[in-house]
Amino acid sequence: MTHAPRAALEIDRVGKTFDVAGRHVEALRDISFSVRTGEFVAIVGASGCGKSTLLRLILGLDTDYAGEVRLDGRRIERPGLDRGIVFQDHRLLPWLTAEGNVAAALRRSGLPKAERRRLVAQHLELVGLENFATAWPAQLSGGMSQRVAIARALVNRPRFLLLDEPLGALDALTRLRLQDELARIVRHEGTTALLVTHDVDEAVFLADRIIVLQPDPGRIARIVEVDLDGQRDRSAPAFLRLRDEILDTLGVRHAPRAIATAA
Amino acid sequence: MSASARARPILMGLLVPVLLIGIWQAIAATHLVAPYILPSPALVLARFRGELDGGTFGGDVLASLSRALAGFAIGAPAGVGFGLLLGLSRVAGRLFGPIFLAYRQVALFAWVPLLSMWFGGGEAGKVAFIAMTAFAPATVNSWRGAAAIPAPYRELSRALTLRRLDHLLLVALPSALPGILTGLRTALIYAWLATVGAELFLDIAPGLGGRLNEGRDKFEVDLMIVALTVLATLGLAFGQLGAAAERRSIPWRNR
Repeated sequence: MTHAPRAALEIDRVGKTFDVAGRHVEALRDISFSVRTGEFVAIVGASGCGKSTLLRLILGLDTDYAGEVRLDGRRIERPGLDRGIVFQDHRLLPWLTAEGNVAAALRRSGLPKAERRRLVAQHLELVGLENFATAWPAQLSGGMSQRVAIARALVNRPRFLLLDEPLGALDALTRLRLQDELARIVRHEGTTALLVTHDVDEAVFLADRIIVLQPDPGRIARIVEVDLDGQRDRSAPAFLRLRDEILDTLGVRHAPRAIATAA
Repeated sequence: MSASARARPILMGLLVPVLLIGIWQAIAATHLVAPYILPSPALVLARFRGELDGGTFGGDVLASLSRALAGFAIGAPAGVGFGLLLGLSRVAGRLFGPIFLAYRQVALFAWVPLLSMWFGGGEAGKVAFIAMTAFAPATVNSWRGAAAIPAPYRELSRALTLRRLDHLLLVALPSALPGILTGLRTALIYAWLATVGAELFLDIAPGLGGRLNEGRDKFEVDLMIVALTVLATLGLAFGQLGAAAERRSIPWRNR
């Protein structure tokens, strides 16, 4: 990927092996791509292709790997406020209210209290939960919890929004609704987004570019540009053609449901 | 739930005690057992009234209660602090964990001779023993609670780049709170049990244990049954109180 003029994030020949029960398991092999500022990149693949592992490396939770993950040319050493993360499980702290959970992300921001309060309120409003600021996570539905988690990930105004199968645990209707929301929110915030998902429809709907991974070991099968002229109609022929193409690459021809149930 | 449906488990819980009192009354009524071995319920009740009216009984209960609370107030917070230290600091856990586990292997009453040498058999020795007894469960449960912070929460803490103190206040301590509360509740019950032990095995002093000793020395079974019943009732109350406080302290649960 040398053609990217100003790559903000570079994944450079990254490999990762785990020791599982005394055996070396290769999770990622020779992964290289870059992400430009403002881009929405999706990484799709079946479970076990190492896509979540890759996101952990970008987040800086794991620094023991081959190759390099660089941010503005500098190797990522640790997590930072320039990268916000939404996990598959919403991972809200059950002893903090919705606003408390969002505010927890601002602890290292160095902002004055009033400014933090304003940012928390603003981001809860962004995800449509301004009326649930004082609710406990146990009182929120799965979709609402994930909205809070999205607000928490964005409240520091990160350059990168990392999404680790954020909608994977939600029911189909909530998932569709939140996909629309996510598209709107990312556009509104102007953040660069990196989405890991096993849902090809979701990737085609949201991303500008899709990295298709194949498993054993996790490596890039294809990189697909999504060129739908901003028309993200889930039933448009161009949309379906692109989706089927990617499903083909994943080896699941004309059986779109198989991907979802295989995960 | 209606009032009658709520009352039902309570009524069922009272069934067996009432039945036992009935059997006790029936045995006493046959006069096969001498009243000084097994006095009738009526006699015991009369003794209870007598103790309340003219005796030192109120003072005895108060003495035992304040002893239990004094020991709890020293031992339980120390146990919570020590347990959190063991659970939160890997170094502290490795340094102090083994010796604490060894300490737990010694039956608590085995400490009585040593404590009475060090602190005497008076008030200080008794409170020291109660404090030691309360210390153990407070430590174990706080330790367990602090050591079992779920890995996803620790990961979140790292992703949010929280500093140590923020991690402690926002993630570690709330996560350990259920364990801490269980520790405090158990410590309260243990403190009450230890109070009677201290009163039985150390110097005679006002208190329910002292009255039990007195009952044995004077062969007054009615007094012993009164003291035992009060001990059980207050112990039960401690347990209920602790459980209620525990529920109250975790507002994010069960909503």
